Amino acid sequence: MSIWEYANPKKFIATTTPWVPVLLWGSIAILVVGLVWGFFFTPDDFRQGSTVKIFYVHVPSALMAINAWFMMLVASLIWLIRRHHVSALAARAAAPIGVVMTLIALFTGAVWGQPMWGTWWAWDPRLTSFLILFLFYLGYIALWEAIEDPDTAADLTSVLCIVGSVFAVLSRYAVNFWNQGLHQPASLSLDKEENVADVFWYPALVCIAGFVLLFIALVLMRTATEIRARRIRALEARMRS
Amino acid sequence: MIALLRRDLALAVRAGGGFGLGLAFFLIVVVLVPFGVGPEAEVLSRIAPGILWVAALLAALLSLDRIFALDFEDGSLPLLATSPLPLEGVALVKGVAHWITTGLPLTLAAPALGFLLNMAPGAYVWMLASLALGTPALSMIGAFGAAITVGLKRGGLLMSLLVLPLYVPTLIFGAEAVRRGADGLSATTPLMMLAGITLGCFALLPFAASAALRVNLR
Repeated sequence: MSIWEYANPKKFIATTTPWVPVLLWGSIAILVVGLVWGFFFTPDDFRQGSTVKIFYVHVPSALMAINAWFMMLVASLIWLIRRHHVSALAARAAAPIGVVMTLIALFTGAVWGQPMWGTWWAWDPRLTSFLILFLFYLGYIALWEAIEDPDTAADLTSVLCIVGSVFAVLSRYAVNFWNQGLHQPASLSLDKEENVADVFWYPALVCIAGFVLLFIALVLMRTATEIRARRIRALEARMRS
Repeated sequence: MIALLRRDLALAVRAGGGFGLGLAFFLIVVVLVPFGVGPEAEVLSRIAPGILWVAALLAALLSLDRIFALDFEDGSLPLLATSPLPLEGVALVKGVAHWITTGLPLTLAAPALGFLLNMAPGAYVWMLASLALGTPALSMIGAFGAAITVGLKRGGLLMSLLVLPLYVPTLIFGAEAVRRGADGLSATTPLMMLAGITLGCFALLPFAASAALRVNLR
């Protein structure tokens, strides 16, 4: 029994289908708990007032935006090395979710930044690198859409994903060159002295768990959809010939 | 490799479009900017490094799809792929040829255009150095983008979208070096980063580009 057995599309669908509703409802339940806890049962921050509550959506979505790309990178590598179609389709399935997460993070950040920094947008290193990440996602998805042959598309997008990862990291450190910017440094790390207070930290953890589960559920669902779509296309091609 | 390089250079010069196009575009952008932002010398000299770098980047972008598309259409790319020269070498030579036909003239023209934008006197050396170090990276990244989109009918727009985020680090370090030079600060750190990006691009991207070419020629 190895993990590669799930590279068989049939086996993948059979195994994941019963899990999708569990994960989906589980993530919704956890998100409801986390968000209600965060929105109604935590005190307002003494400086930021109630705007601090955007935190519970902003941080998890930003986290998932980066991790979705990382998952796509791993899936692309698996496709290039072991040629498992499910892996390529999983990378394809994750990209639109990653875009939405990036957009949520950018949007909630703008809504939060308006009252706090007095501006919707600033060319701050973190904000800029998210904009660049957004462009990478768009290019990746556009490349998938532009190429007709599925294997060619999978190969080229995988190469793009790997090169893009290197340049995304490079950009992240390049924009640091301007200045430190308005955005605060990481405040949820496990080893730091200065973290957010526990009152905010626990509901935030719950929300992050909810977003992770939601992401996994959506990726499994969309991968199964892609597999079925490809099967339909193969059937149609066979009927025509 | 030398023969291929000479062939590409000869084609670029004789066919008439590729060689002058980037340079002309560069000139047009730089001449138009003062009309757009107004003729105040202070404003111009402050934005000059950024304008020159952005214009150079766009000029390089303009001629990227010629790198592989022409060879792909007339069938010489499959011939190159089956030649004894490895495809990685072909990709490298294509990047170098693109740099010699666009990046090098842009670099040489930039100081002259700096006068038009009233660039600070201390910045000219850094402008030359940063463009000389940075434009090869633009060409090599562009060769990678062109290799990915070579099989597509209208890949130009898609290629711009793919290449744009890849250009960001080069642009940041390049413009930053000139800006620091103009302010009289030490510009060595961004220049070294820029050189690192260029060397990294030339070391690694030919492999990525040739992988993409192999897929497209399959």
